[in-house]
Amino acid sequence: MDAPTVETIQIRHCNFEAKVKVGGAGSPVVYLHTAGGPRWDAFLDALSEHHTVYAPDHPGTGDTARDSIYDIRSLWDLVLIYDEILDALGLDSVPVVGSSFGGMIACEVAAHRPERVSRMVLLDPIGLWREDTPVTPYMLLPQDKLVATLFSNFEAKPVQDFLTLPTDPQELALAMADSVWALGATGKFVWPIPDKGLAGRMHRITAPTLIIWGEDDALISSVYADDFASGIADSRIEIIKGAGHVPQWEQLDTVRPLVLDFLAR
Amino acid sequence: MKVTSFHFMPYRDLPDDFDKRYDSAWVDAPWWELGDATKVGDYYNWSLDELMHAAKMGFDGLGTNEHHQNVYGFMCNPNLFGAALAKMTRDQGMDDVALVQLGATVSSTSPPIRIAEEYAVLDCISGGRLVAGLPLGLGCDADISYGVTPIEQRERWREAIDLMVKAWTADEFFAWNGKYFQLPKVNLWPRPVQDPHPPMLIPGAASSSTWDYCHDRDLPYAYLSYFGGKSAENVMDRFWDRASAKDKDSNPYRASMLQLVGVAETDEQAHELYAPHIEHFYHKALHLPLHYLAPPGYSDYKSLVNLFSSGMLKYMDYTVDLKPLKAKDMADEGFVVLGSPATVREQLEHMVRRLNVGHLMVVLQFGSMPHQQAMDNIEMFGREVLPHLQTIWQDDGWENPWWPKRLNKAPVR
Repeated sequence: MDAPTVETIQIRHCNFEAKVKVGGAGSPVVYLHTAGGPRWDAFLDALSEHHTVYAPDHPGTGDTARDSIYDIRSLWDLVLIYDEILDALGLDSVPVVGSSFGGMIACEVAAHRPERVSRMVLLDPIGLWREDTPVTPYMLLPQDKLVATLFSNFEAKPVQDFLTLPTDPQELALAMADSVWALGATGKFVWPIPDKGLAGRMHRITAPTLIIWGEDDALISSVYADDFASGIADSRIEIIKGAGHVPQWEQLDTVRPLVLDFLAR
Repeated sequence: MKVTSFHFMPYRDLPDDFDKRYDSAWVDAPWWELGDATKVGDYYNWSLDELMHAAKMGFDGLGTNEHHQNVYGFMCNPNLFGAALAKMTRDQGMDDVALVQLGATVSSTSPPIRIAEEYAVLDCISGGRLVAGLPLGLGCDADISYGVTPIEQRERWREAIDLMVKAWTADEFFAWNGKYFQLPKVNLWPRPVQDPHPPMLIPGAASSSTWDYCHDRDLPYAYLSYFGGKSAENVMDRFWDRASAKDKDSNPYRASMLQLVGVAETDEQAHELYAPHIEHFYHKALHLPLHYLAPPGYSDYKSLVNLFSSGMLKYMDYTVDLKPLKAKDMADEGFVVLGSPATVREQLEHMVRRLNVGHLMVVLQFGSMPHQQAMDNIEMFGREVLPHLQTIWQDDGWENPWWPKRLNKAPVR
């Protein structure tokens, strides 16, 4: 698989210089990444065999200016930024796939501009809150406990790739700084409780939605799948055995056909 | 030199296996398992008595601070204690002691003019004896205990200080339309006695962004270290390098250093008397995982790269695993200054001259130290050590514009 190219888009809102990784060929799909920051991973490789994948970097992460996050004042601003990115890419109505934090943002975009999101795939999204099963406060965990919370299948190759750190000290320092900063820059929109009112907006979503959840997710329990499904009218749930919070890495062979079939309809 | 008696107000009685039982002394130590409100009542009263005893012994300042949800120290609002001290020192004829509020956390107080008001109240009650400390706030306090968004904390802090100074000094109504705070009409009551406003003091834990903030605004910096003068050399050298790079003079009153001290008749007695309380402090009160100090977003990106690439932590000594260290090791490393009055005088003088600091904040009650022992420590330090320290820098001709004007008299009462 060829490495993705990076497209630079200067948008007006918040004067943000967006960076979008673009790879593959075929009908367009937008992918919104997790709180851990952008990565062109095995799942995006799989998607890009059938689609042109557009994966924007969250402000402050990936190829964007680190300090750009300071200019994005609210969740509303963030949603408008994605709206303008889609304008600039000429994607009037497009399928959106979001993982974890990216799933929450996909829902917010789809609730704000229902016609803009033609289909939606949510992979263990955050954004709702249940008193009986609170979301694990992942920003308060030390690295080892965070990793233990994220995955249940550590053998999977994409998980191993993620856990393999650079050996060059300077590269390692940058990777560590990037990873902490990505949590901080996404955390701006979920701290201290990842419930910013999505439950009250979800009814606006019209996109047919596939909700995928790792059965063993220890960050946000798979019981939340029902809450997303009851909020989004045209939706169905797939629970993935042998996976935690990142089923597209932990059970890629199971998740890949589910997502590709759903997008092909 | 100005010497302040600083008090954290810790929980003095903790189980032996405390640091094994709980992940952290902060946020994770459950009140319902450990806390006893009756004991806490004694702790607060003893702490005030200890500070008043320091005032009586002639200390230049009394220091209190703000922390939350922990056993390390929990004056949730230092101004409650500052108010009691302002009134008691005034009534008892000790109105030559400064109230060093080190301080209330403006970034996690909404609106922050609440602190502008409270500080003005203290300045009014004390007749102009306030030093207005303006800490950024630890991540575990501001972000975890009080819910501030980590990536916004430093900007909130800067904006809150600007708002506070304007609220203290404006001779007109104003509206504040900030990024984090909006107020339709500001007309602060009361205003401070000190004109144009009380001297400000910025405490910190070795962040270079905080040094630059101080130098850019000509504000003094207080290095809150628990690792003694030797470990502070790296930090304070870099602080002074930054000062000269920004064309600031080397006036020692630009800097404060915090130090735990235990005095007794002899060095041997001091080691024996203070050992259990040193271990309590370093093993239990400082049982604080790094990621609680700075949740993601709290440190800016540049600081993170510095931290991970140049081992900045080593300058702060948070890389040291404290748990295996005995009291003697920590005394040998200089974390705590311990000994007879002569030993303590000599070590502290060496430290403040080496670091070039004009303000010393001594912590004379720490960890599990009982009330009477703390009173004895304050007494002996006050009698045998303090007068000597107060003469340091006396003949060097530096002005100290960062101290309440009416208290800038000649040292040694």
